[in-house]
Amino acid sequence: MNPDSVFNTLDISHYIYLSSVLFCIGLFGVLTRRNAIVLLMCIELMLNAVNLLFVAFSSYMGDSAGQLFVFFIMVVAAAEAAVGLAIIVMIYRNTRSTDVGLFDKLKG
Amino acid sequence: MGMLFIILLSPLIGFLFSGIIGKYLPEKITGWISSLSILVSFVLSLQVFQGLSDTNGGPAFEAIGFTFLSVGDIFVDFAIQADRLTSLMMLVITGIGFLIHLYSISYMHGDKGFYKFFAYLNLFVFNMLVLVMGSNFLMLFFGWEGVGLCSYLLIGFWYRNAEYGKAARKAFIMNRIGDLGLLVGLFLVISSCKSLNYSDVFAAAKSGGLSTEMVTAICISFFIGAMGKSAQIPLYTWLPDAMAGPTPVSALIHAATMVTAGVYLVVRCNVLFEMAPAAQQLILWIGLSTSILAALIGLKQNDIKKVLAYSTVSQLGLMFIALGVGAYSAAMFHLITHAFFKALLFLGSGSVIHGMGGEQDIRKMGGLKSYMPVTYYTFLIGTLAISGMPLFSGFFSKDEILATVFTQQPIVWFLAVVSALITGVYMFRVFLVTFMGSFRGTETQKQHLHESPALITVPLIILAILSLVGGLLNLPELFTHDHAQWLKHWLSPVLGNAQDDLHHPSHSTEWMLMGLAVSVFIAAFLYTRNKYISHASVPEEDAEMTGAAKWSAHKFFVDELYDKVFVRSSESLGSTMNKADSGIFAGLMGWVSSGISYMSGLFSKVQNGRIQYYLLYMVIGVILMLVINIFI
Repeated sequence: MNPDSVFNTLDISHYIYLSSVLFCIGLFGVLTRRNAIVLLMCIELMLNAVNLLFVAFSSYMGDSAGQLFVFFIMVVAAAEAAVGLAIIVMIYRNTRSTDVGLFDKLKG
Repeated sequence: MGMLFIILLSPLIGFLFSGIIGKYLPEKITGWISSLSILVSFVLSLQVFQGLSDTNGGPAFEAIGFTFLSVGDIFVDFAIQADRLTSLMMLVITGIGFLIHLYSISYMHGDKGFYKFFAYLNLFVFNMLVLVMGSNFLMLFFGWEGVGLCSYLLIGFWYRNAEYGKAARKAFIMNRIGDLGLLVGLFLVISSCKSLNYSDVFAAAKSGGLSTEMVTAICISFFIGAMGKSAQIPLYTWLPDAMAGPTPVSALIHAATMVTAGVYLVVRCNVLFEMAPAAQQLILWIGLSTSILAALIGLKQNDIKKVLAYSTVSQLGLMFIALGVGAYSAAMFHLITHAFFKALLFLGSGSVIHGMGGEQDIRKMGGLKSYMPVTYYTFLIGTLAISGMPLFSGFFSKDEILATVFTQQPIVWFLAVVSALITGVYMFRVFLVTFMGSFRGTETQKQHLHESPALITVPLIILAILSLVGGLLNLPELFTHDHAQWLKHWLSPVLGNAQDDLHHPSHSTEWMLMGLAVSVFIAAFLYTRNKYISHASVPEEDAEMTGAAKWSAHKFFVDELYDKVFVRSSESLGSTMNKADSGIFAGLMGWVSSGISYMSGLFSKVQNGRIQYYLLYMVIGVILMLVINIFI
C-alpha cells in the first residue's frame, strides 16, 4: 500500500484537531509550569504540533514545500534546545534551581 | 562717506578694547585709549563741521552701510548722515564726552570696575552718535534704546548697593514707558508714510500727504518718548534717582547728552511739529510745569547732586517751552550752553565729592573755597552761567527763549521768569553753602580735603571757559549786527521756514526784558547772600521742616503718589493673578499630572519581570487579534 494513501485515508480535519490539541497542551505548559526544563519540552511540543500540521497539509495539497519547512524547524529546534539547555545548566550552577519564577530582573 | 563711519565706529572699537582686554591692562592705558577713541571722533566731527560750513547749507553728508531691515516693501538701511543739526550734536557729544573721559581717568582711579566703566562710557558715546547720526527713525530708535541701556548699566555701576540697583531699574522702567510712545510713533509713521527715512517722511508731511490728526498723533507719541528720555512730567522721577551713578556719568549722560535726546528728536521733526499745534501746546505746558515743579523741589534738596539733577529737569523744561513756541534754534542754543555749564557743575560737584571723601550732603560742607580754589572758581562760573549772570552763556540762551515766549504767550513768559528766579536761588544756595562760611564736616574729612589732580581740574577749566563764552554762538541782534544769531543761521537749512513766523520783540522791549532778567538774577543773588552769608544759616534738618518747605524737600510726594497709584496697584493685580494661577491653573495641572502618575503606577505593575506573564500577554494579544480579524 502506498504510504501516502494511508495518511489520506484520514480526513485533514483530524490532523488539524490533533495538532491544535498538541499546540494548546504545549502552550499551557509554557504558561503554567515553572521548571525551565519542562518549559523547553513544552516549546518542543508546540513546534512539533506545527510540524505535524505542515506535513499534513503538504500531503493534502501535494506540495513538498511544507516538508522542507519541517526540516528547517527541526534544525532550529535542535539549536534552540542546545542553547537553551546550556543556559539552564549555567543558571542551575549559579542558583541551584531551575525555577523560572526566580528570574524577574526585568521588572518595570 | 567713510569718515562718518570712522566717527561712529571709533567709540565702538574703544568699547570692545576696554571691555575685552582692558581688564588685563593698567588703568592708565585703558583710560587713555578709551579717551583717545572719543578724541578721534571729535577731531573728525570738527572736520565734518568745517565741511558743512563750506557747503553753504547744501546737502548733508550721507553714508549707507547695509540694509538693516526689510519687511514687505519697506526697506530700512543702516544709514548715517551729518547735516548741520547733527554736526552740532556730534560736537557736543564727542567734545564733552572726551573731557569727561579724561576726568574719569582720575575720578574712577582705583575702582575695581575701572575698565568696565570706560567700556560702558564708550558704548554710550557710540549709541548716542547712532541716535543723532542716523538718517531714519529706526536708527534713532536703535540709539535711543542703546543709550537707555548704557544709562541703566552706569546708574547701577556700583550695583553692590541695593539702592543704586533700584535706581537703575527705576530709570530703565520709566524710560521704557516713554520708549513705548516712541515705538507707537514709529508704527504710525510706517503705516502712514510707508518709510522711515527722515527725508521721505518730511517730504510726505510737506506735500500734505498726512492728515492733521495723523501728524498730531505721531507728534504726541514722539513727545511721550521725549518725556521719558528727557525727564518731563510725568516721567521725570527717574532722573534725580539716577544720581546713584558715578558723577562723570551724571555729567555726561544725565545732564549734557542723553537727556537732551528728546529735544533733539523734536527739533529733528520740526516739520511735523509745526503741523500739529495741539502737540506744541502740550509740549509748552508740560515743559512749563516741569520747569517750575523741578525748580521748586530743587530749592530744598541737600544732596549736591540732587540739586543739580532737579536743575537739569528744570532746564530741560525750559528747552521744551522753547520747542512749544516753535523756537527750535533757541532750544538748541540752550541745549548747547546747558551742556557746557551743567557738565561743568556736575564735574565740579564730583571734584567736591572727591575732595570730601564721598560726602554729598551740603550741610556737612562749607568753606571749601580755600581748600579747592580751582573747583571754587569753575563752579562759580557754572553757577553764574546757569542763573543768568549777564554776558555768561546761560544769560543769552535763556534770554533768547524768554524773549520769543514773551511775544507769543505772556503768561507762560511770566511763569518761566519765576522758574528762572527759583533757579538762581537754589543754585546760589548750593554754591554759597558749599564753598562759603566755615567747614562743618568732621576732623578727618578736614584733614583729607585737597584740590583735585590736574586730570580733574583741566576739564573743569575748559568747560568753564566754554560756559563763559558759549553765548557767542547766538548773540542777540542788540549787541552786534554782523554776527548776530549765528546758530539760527547755521540751523536754517534744517529748520527751513519753521523759524520765519517767529516774531522777535522790538529792541526797546528786548532791552526791557533783558533788564528784567538781570534784576531777577540780582534778586536771587541778594536773597541767598542775605540768607546764607549774612545770617550764615545752614539748611535745616528734614525733621524740622514745616509747610511748603516740607513739601519741597519731599519732592511734593510724587514718588509716594506713583508708588501708591501705579506700583501698589500693579503689585496687587500681580498677587491676585498669582493666586488665581496657583489656585485654578496650577490646581488643574496638578490633577492632570497626578492622574497620569496614578495610571502609570497601575500599568507599571504589569511589568513584573516574569517571562511567563509576558508570554501570557502575548498570547492574549494574538488571540484578540484573531478574534478581531474573524468577527469584526
